Amino acid sequence: MEEHHQIPIWFFIGILLTVYGVLILGSGIYGLFRPPEREVALGYLHADIWWGALLLVLGLVYASKFRPDRGQPR
Amino acid sequence: MISDSILAVAAPVPSRLLSLSAVDLLIVTIYFVMVLGIGVYLKKYTSTGEEFFMAGRKMTAWIAGLSFISANLSSLETMGWSAMSYQYGMLGAHAYLIGAIPAILFLAVVMMPFYYICKTHSVPGYLKLRYGESSRCLAGISFSLMTVLVSGVNMFAMAKVMQIILGWNIHFSIWVSSITVAIYVALGGLLSAVFNEVVQFFLIWLGSLLIPILGIIEAGGWKQMIASINAQHPGENFTSLWANMGSAADNPMGVHWTGMVFGLGLAISFGYWCTDFLQVQRVMAAKNLRAAQNGTIIGAALKMMVPLIVTVPGLLGLAVLSQKSGIVLVPESVAQATGQHSYNEVLPLMMARYLGPGLLGLGVTSMIAGFMSGMAGNVSAFATVWTYDVYRPLMNRSARDSHYVSMGRWSSLVGVFVAIGTAYAAMLFSNILVYLQVLVMFFIVPLFGAVVLGMLWKRASPAGGFWGFLVGILSSISMWVWIHLFPDRFDATAINPEHVRQIAFSPLAKDMAVNMYSALWSLLICSGVLVIVSLCTRPKPDSELKDLVYGLTPLPEGGPSRWYDNPKLWACAVGIALLAVNIIFW
Repeated sequence: MEEHHQIPIWFFIGILLTVYGVLILGSGIYGLFRPPEREVALGYLHADIWWGALLLVLGLVYASKFRPDRGQPR
Repeated sequence: MISDSILAVAAPVPSRLLSLSAVDLLIVTIYFVMVLGIGVYLKKYTSTGEEFFMAGRKMTAWIAGLSFISANLSSLETMGWSAMSYQYGMLGAHAYLIGAIPAILFLAVVMMPFYYICKTHSVPGYLKLRYGESSRCLAGISFSLMTVLVSGVNMFAMAKVMQIILGWNIHFSIWVSSITVAIYVALGGLLSAVFNEVVQFFLIWLGSLLIPILGIIEAGGWKQMIASINAQHPGENFTSLWANMGSAADNPMGVHWTGMVFGLGLAISFGYWCTDFLQVQRVMAAKNLRAAQNGTIIGAALKMMVPLIVTVPGLLGLAVLSQKSGIVLVPESVAQATGQHSYNEVLPLMMARYLGPGLLGLGVTSMIAGFMSGMAGNVSAFATVWTYDVYRPLMNRSARDSHYVSMGRWSSLVGVFVAIGTAYAAMLFSNILVYLQVLVMFFIVPLFGAVVLGMLWKRASPAGGFWGFLVGILSSISMWVWIHLFPDRFDATAINPEHVRQIAFSPLAKDMAVNMYSALWSLLICSGVLVIVSLCTRPKPDSELKDLVYGLTPLPEGGPSRWYDNPKLWACAVGIALLAVNIIFW
């Protein structure tokens, strides 16, 4: 499917997860200083921070490993 | 397989459960931009029929497998089966275990070689090669019709869900989501649908997985969750897969184990996974037979994990919601009368419980992604079947390839617009259209009977295939009518216990249990008619059955491969894992 120098699907996924990771992690850090109006259960675990960080790492790994100029088989 | 209960939200419910912050809306918006961008980007790679309708048959096993499972993982599916788990407990997980895995493995190991080797574009296309034009046309027309109608009903139900959960305007939800799907499928065909389904798979999991993680932490661990459910429902068994199925009276679904094994596990499951073209198309587009088989098995392994994000939230709803928040969910009809929350809202309620700004946007995006993956699956399958199995044989046999590609693009758009029309019709006639889902299931089951006997029994004749398939469909519809028929009226919203007893062996059987037995009868009737008619009519000569029937088809080795590329090895591994899960949660 990725012949004809097609950008691999994994790269798109990497970019999307990176952007989402930044947004969710950023939102979580912002929430440390200005807690949101709506409280959630287990809010003290700050799931948004570690889940956002996970998305960010995952996204960066995918985007880097499958970036188009590397030209490796997918 | 979409639950009926989720479609019962076709009634006005005013207040919304969730409200999105700016960052949530940004996350949703980025998703729409991404899927449209992928469609635009891929248009240049889909200029031939093979590229547009079959993604060039170049997909790797992983992409085929993720797409295969993502097309099935619609948000109606996840919300519906979460509701089922709240209502019926662990029994809801069977849809992902015996109700899927054996059939998917059978597709991979037994049926896929025939689909792949005969190089057909579709399941109706296989019927043409095996039985002739009449069977193909019957399958093609009915599949096309059903696909767009079901898309419309699903679209309406999804828009209604969005209205309930987020307060979004129902017309806005229908048009924005549908047109987005129409654009990216019309531009990039199956290739675009598959690419987006892989993206959607990641979003569905990453947006949903936090709920069971946080829920189990809050419940105090798995054992504590089970103890809490048992304590709140003394005398009832919500936490077993099989122990409560010795009698229909022993479980909340009203089903005996024979219905679960033979109705769901054999008839419905094999029909859906082995012959519903929406599913099969994804793996038929793999780059070689081994990739098609391994992709299907990857799909089976992933399918077995779906209860984590579907069944567990339903069980957590039972354990946590009432204990911590005092919320008890009720059937849809009661919810409409009393203003309480219904079973169908268990997943959004859990989402609202645990997900703050940002994460909530990801959760909502996962729901939208689920809806769009299911919709795109329907649209791309419709475009292929319409073009190759209806338009080409019946209207224009000898056009150029580019003409059929153009027809595929236009039929994607037209299919979506017909589906939108159906969505609006559903607002007026929701009770009838809700049951369209069931009829589709009963259409697919006889199709499986015709296809599998055609693959495994060379004596099956063209006349036998056609009449077995047709009588199977008619008997399915007749059973459905019979179940809803009362001495003084026909009522599509109620079932006649006396007629239910005749079909499902117990008047206690609920809708799902009735469907399981009806599907089993349908399969038996289809197979019986096919065998009898075949024995009385002339079969095709062996020379015409090469590459179509077991015993007359030399299966290719697929070239040298590493031991861990062997599909049978992984099929065995997934089968053992299925057995282990069933024993652990017996």
